[in-house]
Amino acid sequence: MKSAVVLLPGLNRDRDMIAALTKISGKPPVTVWQTDSEIPDVDLVVIPGGFSYGDYLRCGAIGARMPVMRAVAEKAARGVMVMGVCNGFQILLEAGLLPGALMRNASLRFVCREVKLEVANANTAFTRRYAPGQVIRCPVAHHDGNYFADAETLARLEGEGRVVFRYAEGTNPNGSINDIAGIINENGNVLGLMPHPEDLIEAAHGGMDGRPLFEGLVGRAA
Amino acid sequence: MIKARVTVTLKSGVLDPQGKAIEHALSGLGFAGVDQVRQGKVFDLELAGSDRAKAQADLKAMCEKLLANTVIEDYAIVLT
Repeated sequence: MKSAVVLLPGLNRDRDMIAALTKISGKPPVTVWQTDSEIPDVDLVVIPGGFSYGDYLRCGAIGARMPVMRAVAEKAARGVMVMGVCNGFQILLEAGLLPGALMRNASLRFVCREVKLEVANANTAFTRRYAPGQVIRCPVAHHDGNYFADAETLARLEGEGRVVFRYAEGTNPNGSINDIAGIINENGNVLGLMPHPEDLIEAAHGGMDGRPLFEGLVGRAA
Repeated sequence: MIKARVTVTLKSGVLDPQGKAIEHALSGLGFAGVDQVRQGKVFDLELAGSDRAKAQADLKAMCEKLLANTVIEDYAIVLT
């Protein structure tokens, strides 16, 4: 699988993401800078986590308007897999590639801990190596992960099975509506999620629950 | 030059935990009777030229494209 990782000033989880993609796909991803208007031919584009532009204005708001995001939107429109994790999820929302918004955590606190995630839809390219309803462990680290969408959008997401990951067993760390942790677009090729599957891929991490997500993508592109 | 102020506020119905925290802090300071606080943002802009209709249209586009996230926020434009 060929992949690309988007780099913006202030993102800081790119190294973890590059390590995970390299280990699981066997090939290091190419990196694309915010001013790049083209992304090479790849199967997957990832926007990692961090604090692009210092979270100025709104989390992800400035990053979402950088030239590279037009290239990401073009890839998404052509069916290339796109995944945004944490700040990457916020950027996908701000760029309009996914519906809704991520607001300040209900507790007003930055949360950095492990949560339980339910695989609410295992019938996606990103989750096909998980069992339906499987509960996995996953770390979160964010201040603005409180997902919000208007009632109509929410009903559509739920009705179409587009809520892919949900905080399980009372571990919702941010007040997210319907315990939503990750959603997918209508065509099933753009995923955004707050938790960090790239940080739980080998025994040294204390678990490998994030690994099937990447393995499923690698298998699909092979 | 045209000066403008853009105010961005959360839509009604969108929870505002920061406003809520401020509300609690105010009551802790002894300000009784504060029924609600909603936090927002203010942008003061200076625009070249003197065409106020154009400024109004440009500001609306700026709000829609960047200054506000219209999923959760409303905006108001005042030219001064």
